[in-house]
Amino acid sequence: MKNDSNSRRKFLNNGLKAGIATVIGGIGLSKMATKLNAKTDGKKVELMTTDGHLVEVDASEIIEEKTTNSKSYTVREGFKNKKFVMVVDLAKCKNALKCVSACNKHHYITGKNAWLKVYKMQESKDTAPYWMPTACQHCDQPACVTVCPVDATFKRRDGIVLIDNNRCIGCRFCMAACPYSTRVFNWSEPDQGDITLNLSMEQETQPSPEHGGLPSIKGTVDKCDFCPHEIKKGKLPHCVAACPNGVFYFGDKYEDTVTNGDETLRFSKLLKDKSGYRLMEGLGTEPSVYYLPPVDRLVDFEKGLKQYDEYQSVKKSE
Amino acid sequence: MENYDNLLNDLAPKKFGKVGVIWTCSLIAIIIVGIIAYIDQLIKGQIVTNMRDYALWGIYISNFVFFVATSFVGSVTVAILRLTKNKWRTPLVRIAEIISLAAIAMAGVTIMIDMARPDRLLNLFIHARLQSPITWDVIIIPTYIVISFLLLYFPLIPDFAILKKHFKDKNPVLSKWYGKLSLNWKGTAVQKALQEKSIRIIALMIIPVGLILQTIDAWLFSTTYRIGWDSTNMGPYFIAGAFVAGIGALVTVVYIVRRAYHLEAYITDFHFDKLGKLLVLACLTYLYFNINEYLLPAYTVTKDESVHLNTLFSGSYSPIFWAVTIIGLIFPILFLLFKKGRKPLPMFIIGLVVVLASWWKRYLIVTPTLLHPFLPIQGVPKSWHHYFPSIHEWLITLATLAMALLIITLLVRFLPIIPIQRTADEQALLNNEKDTKS
Ligand code: SF4
Repeated sequence: MKNDSNSRRKFLNNGLKAGIATVIGGIGLSKMATKLNAKTDGKKVELMTTDGHLVEVDASEIIEEKTTNSKSYTVREGFKNKKFVMVVDLAKCKNALKCVSACNKHHYITGKNAWLKVYKMQESKDTAPYWMPTACQHCDQPACVTVCPVDATFKRRDGIVLIDNNRCIGCRFCMAACPYSTRVFNWSEPDQGDITLNLSMEQETQPSPEHGGLPSIKGTVDKCDFCPHEIKKGKLPHCVAACPNGVFYFGDKYEDTVTNGDETLRFSKLLKDKSGYRLMEGLGTEPSVYYLPPVDRLVDFEKGLKQYDEYQSVKKSE
Repeated sequence: MENYDNLLNDLAPKKFGKVGVIWTCSLIAIIIVGIIAYIDQLIKGQIVTNMRDYALWGIYISNFVFFVATSFVGSVTVAILRLTKNKWRTPLVRIAEIISLAAIAMAGVTIMIDMARPDRLLNLFIHARLQSPITWDVIIIPTYIVISFLLLYFPLIPDFAILKKHFKDKNPVLSKWYGKLSLNWKGTAVQKALQEKSIRIIALMIIPVGLILQTIDAWLFSTTYRIGWDSTNMGPYFIAGAFVAGIGALVTVVYIVRRAYHLEAYITDFHFDKLGKLLVLACLTYLYFNINEYLLPAYTVTKDESVHLNTLFSGSYSPIFWAVTIIGLIFPILFLLFKKGRKPLPMFIIGLVVVLASWWKRYLIVTPTLLHPFLPIQGVPKSWHHYFPSIHEWLITLATLAMALLIITLLVRFLPIIPIQRTADEQALLNNEKDTKS
């Protein structure tokens, strides 16, 4: 676990460095001006340039670029210049269900249908069965967004599809439209217990589409939110961080990197090397979630059967 | 003149007899029970229904589609009968328009019953997005309600004036109301010209609007990827289905009104014969589209589709499917092809069967498809794999049906169900012809 959070922090650090590196170009011009005012306290900061070299610069020379700071971030627009993607390596999945329980816990899922489920799949009688974790695919051509009459479910520039459950009218058209059956509905008053307590603990002041399930509202739709609340903190989505087998990789398509917390890989290369594909590509929904086929498996499918429960995805004790 | 008085006495609205009162009271009772069930649904949420994440739409949507389909009868009678100047329509159009208005109004109510957050209804206008088929519905349904209303109202104006006079001494209050509704109708040439023109415009409008309404209804389904819905056949298929449901409802109501008001002299076997021919035409068209919808896919069937078709042909939904197809479509065609089948009583029974089958047909369109998603149903309670409406759903459904019937009943009670003025004119014309001939 410790290892995990370390590598997460590394991910964050790298991201920050890369971000700052892009700013550095701008420094040249403004250098003169700032130098006049800045107090040089001799603090050095390590930065990475665009071609991958580490350089040390004086802390006072760093100017935060206004466009990338949090003020220009809006819930409906998302993170600037990002395109989040996920890669799920089916060869590694043992149905450990840690992803599901982490997701359920952090999104206060108390219904009977989890947002992230591990499906027991078998294409036909003669082919090998495998485990397939599936949540919202965050499609680039999202059918749910097209049909929503009130723009309650929306697509952001960074690729994430979210739901504004303060606006949703509960028509469930989006659920009918989704070919991945990923949306869940609050048929009754969600029994999330002391969620308001948690709200203040998480220092979230306002319920927002960015943290689905916090709180859920009766008569509205919920689904996997790709954890923007974690990304904001520089962390990985809960499922990615929780998986003991490194099945999930998460990252930014523009940076072409994805990480599962342990290893960071080139996104394009990973897909190429391992023949990545997307679910129901033929429908044209253009998902943001990619799958690596369950080949050369080191894991035994049978072992996952112990945890498998066809009729339950949310354990009540969680 | 004596003739005219007879006519007026026959056709002016009459007080209900005992049966009428019992009928109305039972409708009101059913509605009250339904309202209680609905309030319970509002408080507890839609958990009181048997819809769940997979069967995410249920009979509310079936009811909605059914009501929309039935409301098509207004367009059809206008399209086929008014514009082609078929004389035999006179005693039937008003009933058709009343059914149409009641059905479309209840379609609007039903879709709100299905909405889990009716308190946010205004969002549909504040945040409307034009690309969603629901927004198209939000536009087209009120439009159709208004047009149906006007189409009912405009031809009524002269009759209201007649009734004002007729009830002057018998029932002054009612007379006053008829007077107000008649908008000072004097029957002058200017007024007549204006009225005729207005009716013509509305009659022309209701046909395209009706077609659009049915098509949008179909698009609610075919804009999704779901197997059994994702079909380009849906639009015409729904229009043909609406044709059947509408005429079926018309036959049923006409029969009851005729008996209740003793209008045998005005609505004759001849009318039923004509209606029967219309219904058989509708059924044949629908059969054609059914073949397109179910038989052709069976040839190029994909794996997912075969699962879907199998549940209909031989699986858990097959009893309903075959009942709807054989009893609700093929039998009516066979009976109606014979002259004896087009007599009033058989027609009434056939109409009733057709309407019932139409409702179940919509149930079959909505439910089985939802229970066959692309990914297997896993990780949810066993009961979520099936769907059958809950008590709440049935009670609310019955209440909406009762409400539609109550609207029809009240309109039948207070409106001259057969246009008095027109009938008088036509009879005068007939008599004149006779006179000149003899
Ligand atoms: S259920 Fe809510 S999010 Fe889904 S389409 Fe309807 S309004 Fe939009």
